[in-house]
Amino acid sequence: MKLAPTAPLPPVPASERRNAARRIRLMPSPTVTERIVVALLWAMAAITIAVLVFIIGYILLHGLPHVTWSFLTESPRRMGREGGVLPMIVGTVLVTGLAVLIAAPIGVATAVYLTEYTAEGRLTAVIRFGADCLAGIPSIVFGLFGFVFFAITLGLGLSILSGALTLALMVLPTIIRTSEEAIRAVPYAYREASFGLGSTRWQTTLYVVLRSALPGISTGVVLSVGRSISETAAVMLTAGSALGLPDSLFDSSRTLALHFYYLAQENISEANAYATAAVLVMAILAINLFAYWLMRRFIARGGHHA
Amino acid sequence: MTDAMEYKLQASSLNLYYGRFHALKNINIGIRPRSITAIIGPSGCGKSTLLRCFNRLNDIIKSARVTGRILLDGADIFNSGIGLTQLRRRVGMVFQRPNPFPLSIFDNLAYGPRVHGMRDREELEMIVENSLRATMLWDDLKDRLNAPALSLSPEQQQRLCISRLVAVEPEVLLMDEPCSALDPFATAHIEDLMRKLAEQYTIVIVTHNMQQAARVSTETAFMLLGELVEFGDTTQIFQNPRQKKTEEYVSGRYG
Ligand SMILES: Nc1ncnc2c1ncn2[C@@H]1O[C@H](COP(=O)(O)OP(=O)(O)OP(=O)(O)O)[C@@H](O)[C@H]1O
Ligand SMILES: [Mg+2]
Repeated sequence: MKLAPTAPLPPVPASERRNAARRIRLMPSPTVTERIVVALLWAMAAITIAVLVFIIGYILLHGLPHVTWSFLTESPRRMGREGGVLPMIVGTVLVTGLAVLIAAPIGVATAVYLTEYTAEGRLTAVIRFGADCLAGIPSIVFGLFGFVFFAITLGLGLSILSGALTLALMVLPTIIRTSEEAIRAVPYAYREASFGLGSTRWQTTLYVVLRSALPGISTGVVLSVGRSISETAAVMLTAGSALGLPDSLFDSSRTLALHFYYLAQENISEANAYATAAVLVMAILAINLFAYWLMRRFIARGGHHA
Repeated sequence: MTDAMEYKLQASSLNLYYGRFHALKNINIGIRPRSITAIIGPSGCGKSTLLRCFNRLNDIIKSARVTGRILLDGADIFNSGIGLTQLRRRVGMVFQRPNPFPLSIFDNLAYGPRVHGMRDREELEMIVENSLRATMLWDDLKDRLNAPALSLSPEQQQRLCISRLVAVEPEVLLMDEPCSALDPFATAHIEDLMRKLAEQYTIVIVTHNMQQAARVSTETAFMLLGELVEFGDTTQIFQNPRQKKTEEYVSGRYG
């Protein structure tokens, strides 16, 4: 940044100059402070990116060489020392997909209720407090609850369904909160315009509010997908760790993250552990990129300037 | 009392409370059909509140409570068979800031007809064309109906919002400071448009701009602190006010 030239200043008395010099030594001039702040912020951002790149690079470097076509399309043999991770990919997709399919409608509906259909009051405070508490509970506790309630009490056993229901509970607060924020960000003027044209509250919610809030809501959903994919503790206790391809949603199935945990923890195969991690990382990257692309397309079409 | 049918809209003993705050005090006013009625008054006197009574848009504010009567073509809008949806369709509103939906131009115009059940694509296209013609936007926009409505200029956006109302075939247009976000040229254009629309619609406009009220309206209402101080012919209100407060306000000596 360049400063505009200024007219020469009148001469300053020597005593003043000394005082000024002392003040400057105590406190750097605004431009210097500004430079230091910019440099610090830049360094912090650089560190963040560097760590990210390092972790991803390290995993891909060690894992990618072992990610072959057969690794992706075969079942594991000898507990995962040999063979691939096809059942884990299937298990991960089913558990995660089902969890989000269950949690997203419930979460978005809750957010709509909180923002559009009810006045702020004790009930909304209780719901919000409940969601926040839910968000703070460690996943292993969700796992335990899922095991006791879904697997045993409801008799679903260690199964994809038990795992998905448990994960759904776990990501629900994220979806509620992000949806709520996205919905609140929709300008009030859109609602007025819609009501003014004679639409009902439901039509306004559906065609105007949710439509405008969609990018924000999908951010929450993508975060939830990521969290579900990488969860281990909760699925270990509810979806189990069967190695074979599941026949139905009532079968146990091991997810990729859990498989990685076993391979690494029990020292089964370092190469396959890295390969599994590489598959996981790439899946998460792909989902994020896809979501990003989807959002850009949506925004471009609607002309949403926000 | 005069014949109810003489008025398109008629409010009698209308009171509105926001919680305990008495925002409209015993308002009696009759709006003549196919004319432009202006509501003027200092900020916070209840102009928007009154306007929003006519299409019951205050209903979405939880704390608002209304007493009194408003007749639309002689039928009580609060108690008779006119449903809320039907009422807002007949009595449309244009807002201070142009508020097109973040959709395409076409979808903005088709929004109203669609929520009222219209699905036929050809008919929708015809409605879109006619409502754009009504606000003289058709020639400018006919080749880019799929462009985002938010990419238009503020004036075009406000015209689009008026077109969007025309698309649901209203009878009354309520306009709440429709030009306050526009420059003087755009304001003059919208005023021309209002004069043209008044041949077919009943228009009620809230404005802070006294010259605007004097230019476009046939009748003017002056409000102060929730009360309707004076209501009459625009020329009379501006040149010959009966109330001292009206005189102070229109001569710019208020406050
Ligand atoms: N939703 C609300 N809840 C409580 N009070 C309100 C609400 N809306 C408006 N008011 C109050 O009612 C009074 C009238 O408001 P209104 O918006 O009708 O005034 P106005 O004449 O349109 O003012 P302006 O010229 O600034 O638009 C104001 O004192 C305002 O503070
Ligand atoms: Mg107002």
